[in-house]
Amino acid sequence: MKQFSALFQQLDQTTRTTVKITALADYFTRASEADRLWTIALFSGRRPRRVITTARLREWAAERAGQPLWLFEECYPIVGDLAETIALFLPPAAQHSDSDLAGWITALIGISQAPEPDRKAFVLDAWDRLDTSERFLFNKLITGGFRVGVSQKLMTRALARATGRDEADLAHRLMGDWTPETTTWHSLIEANDPSAAASRPYPFYLAHGLDGEADDLGEPSAWHAEWKWDGIRGQLITRAGDHFVWSRGEELMTDRFPEFARARDFLPDGTVIDGEILAWDGTAPMPFSALQKRIGRKSVPKSVLREAPVTMLAYDLLEQDGQDIRARPFHERRAALAGLMGSLPPDAPLRLSPSLAFADWSALAQLRDRARDHRAEGVMIKRKDAPYLVGRKRGDWWKWKLDPLTIDAVMIYAQAGHGRRATLYTDFTFAVWSGNDLVPFTKAYSGLTDAEFRKITAWVKKNTLQRFGPVRQVRPELVFEIAFEGIQPSSRHKSGIALRFPRMARWRHDKPVQEANTLDDLNEILRLYGQ
Amino acid sequence: MAREPLLTFTPEGIFCAQGGFHIDPWRPVARALITHGHADHARPGHGAYLCTDLAAPVIRHRLGTITLETLRYGEPRQIGGVEVSFHPAGHVPGSAQIRVARGGEVWVVSGDYKVADDGLSTPFEPVSCTHFVTESTFGLPVFRWPSQDSVAAEINDWWRACIVAGQTPMLGAYALGKAQRLLRMLDTDIGPILTHGAVENTNAVMRAQGIDLPETVPVTPGLKPADHPGALVLATPAAFGSPWARRFGRVSTGFASGWMMLRGVRRRRAADRGFVISDHADWSGLLTAIRGSGAEHIYVTHGYTEIFTRYLNECGWNARVVPTEFEGETLDPGETA
Repeated sequence: MKQFSALFQQLDQTTRTTVKITALADYFTRASEADRLWTIALFSGRRPRRVITTARLREWAAERAGQPLWLFEECYPIVGDLAETIALFLPPAAQHSDSDLAGWITALIGISQAPEPDRKAFVLDAWDRLDTSERFLFNKLITGGFRVGVSQKLMTRALARATGRDEADLAHRLMGDWTPETTTWHSLIEANDPSAAASRPYPFYLAHGLDGEADDLGEPSAWHAEWKWDGIRGQLITRAGDHFVWSRGEELMTDRFPEFARARDFLPDGTVIDGEILAWDGTAPMPFSALQKRIGRKSVPKSVLREAPVTMLAYDLLEQDGQDIRARPFHERRAALAGLMGSLPPDAPLRLSPSLAFADWSALAQLRDRARDHRAEGVMIKRKDAPYLVGRKRGDWWKWKLDPLTIDAVMIYAQAGHGRRATLYTDFTFAVWSGNDLVPFTKAYSGLTDAEFRKITAWVKKNTLQRFGPVRQVRPELVFEIAFEGIQPSSRHKSGIALRFPRMARWRHDKPVQEANTLDDLNEILRLYGQ
Repeated sequence: MAREPLLTFTPEGIFCAQGGFHIDPWRPVARALITHGHADHARPGHGAYLCTDLAAPVIRHRLGTITLETLRYGEPRQIGGVEVSFHPAGHVPGSAQIRVARGGEVWVVSGDYKVADDGLSTPFEPVSCTHFVTESTFGLPVFRWPSQDSVAAEINDWWRACIVAGQTPMLGAYALGKAQRLLRMLDTDIGPILTHGAVENTNAVMRAQGIDLPETVPVTPGLKPADHPGALVLATPAAFGSPWARRFGRVSTGFASGWMMLRGVRRRRAADRGFVISDHADWSGLLTAIRGSGAEHIYVTHGYTEIFTRYLNECGWNARVVPTEFEGETLDPGETA
């Protein structure tokens, strides 16, 4: 673990991309093949199956440290990361270990079926053999993702430098359904074996938000426009007689959306479509909350399939007849896509995302203003002659979202954040007036600068009325403008409404608390925009 | 009828009614006993000040013309029928725990303290008492300080690595105490040490009172960094990213604080490196001091007060939280406390 731990420290100690790439590339040339493979897996969100619950880990850490569990639980929100809390809470290691990353992971997988006392003995022994930073990484292996400021793109670039291979080719190879348990360094990175890659999606091309005016994009006829749908971006693949559905987060979701099995009946082999998965009522998208019922489930009961059937609105064609056509201009790919869609039966779970015709930018702006009527969140603008690129690149694809809905609300509870924001109060509950009462209606934790969070943190410490564990009830004095993308009725919330993507648009220093909005105002927004 | 306790906690600060004085008060009072010179303990506006002879120069430097008397460590003084004495707290040079005794009732107000010897301050000495007033800035078991030698090695390795990479290392620390402690940890064979004005002012005060510090080069408006190759810059964190810092070109920033123990805080500071070094006691240091005092009654003034107090009570002490305006080691830039 020492080599991997040293890499992690190097990555964690810098914010500079070039330093990170050098550290990673150096590691990829020196580490064992097994360690390299696991490192790629971990940094791309693939981790060994969780074999121990976090509840057990907390108990064992407290027990090993000889401290009460409540003391551990108090430390956790302050440290902000479970793996780190455990690493710091335990006494220093008395032994040591020369086992490498792959060795520890193999051992972890090896005990996954063992009875709990054996798993406990294994974990306690590991904690006693690893220094604090190694212990943190070991705990991360057990508990969850490695978010270390290394994007997949950055890792791929380092890998390209270390192996001398093409970056785009590597990006494609790293996609899809592999784990170090089912593949080798050779077959993942080096081998030329197209059949191994039947399920492999292409890296997604992501749009940048358009900050200024669309006029800056120049001649409107060079651009294509369509609705920006509010669902799950996905790829539908038919290859070798099978079909696969991937989310943008590189999660294989084929079993979650059985509707797409029918794609094999009418899409030829060697087809990859980029589109938006939406809950669909037969003519229009249903609210995102309908789709949410489908996202959390690995298998879907018939009733949910009936209530929230999904469809894909197709944006783009990436592969046709087994040929990667991403380099061809968008208007050609779109024409080929339209050709494929034209022959689909009307009840197919797939349809072309309609184009928006516009003569000039002001016409498109008017269309955008009506996006909510179409249950879209804005429009997408794509350069007609652009290839399909990898990752988030400026210039060819723009998302032009509707201005969010907003409401001025009063902060009534505050809680410290996690990770980077531990020790700062960043998670707030907001309320609106109902007569003389404040009714909580949403939480929000983003949108402000660190400097603002520091100011609010100092304020919270001096204006706490009551504490409920990590949550502080504060004097109702601060007013914030809350922005959100959508609003729906909800029986689960006291206020009777639920917001989509709520965040703090700004701190309304200028607004006295009495002038914050009311529950009636919120209900009026619900009436106008709730679906 | 029970007598009024010797010390009480008032809106002005910790108060001894019988002696007619406050300890580290945060509002102006007639007579203030001061544990040390940090701004949250030594405030302006009091009628008369009493502190150790070693703490006096910095306090005079910071507060200007004040009425100030001093005592040596361990030297007793009778004030209004109570006995007062100052004892080493190990926090910064001259810092003291203040002992206040009346018959068998003995209080110790420890101010800010650490039990490890930093090689600069007079080391902490346990003082027997019945009532112990403690901070808890780092009162959680996740805070466990590495040895000063290992941190010194990390800082000096970073300095050397910066020279190889063609960068100027810029180390941020409190101007009073932490900066001078760091100065004595730096390996002056590596290169010269440049100092920010806020740090150098305190250096000058300490050198004048006979504290041995390595040679430093104050950064004046005319200073050309190119004339000092391989230098490390020691500054207050507030100077980071300021126009002042720009003259050094490519810098690698380092921040020295106990908070650097937490990865989340390290990342939020967005400094390139964090070095775990604090002038406050870690978890085991706090417990060592509390045990060493022999006190039964513990008053927790600042830091993780609720959690630490609950822990002490479960362990059999009679502990309670007393709200104060002390700040401990803060993370905000510009803070000099």
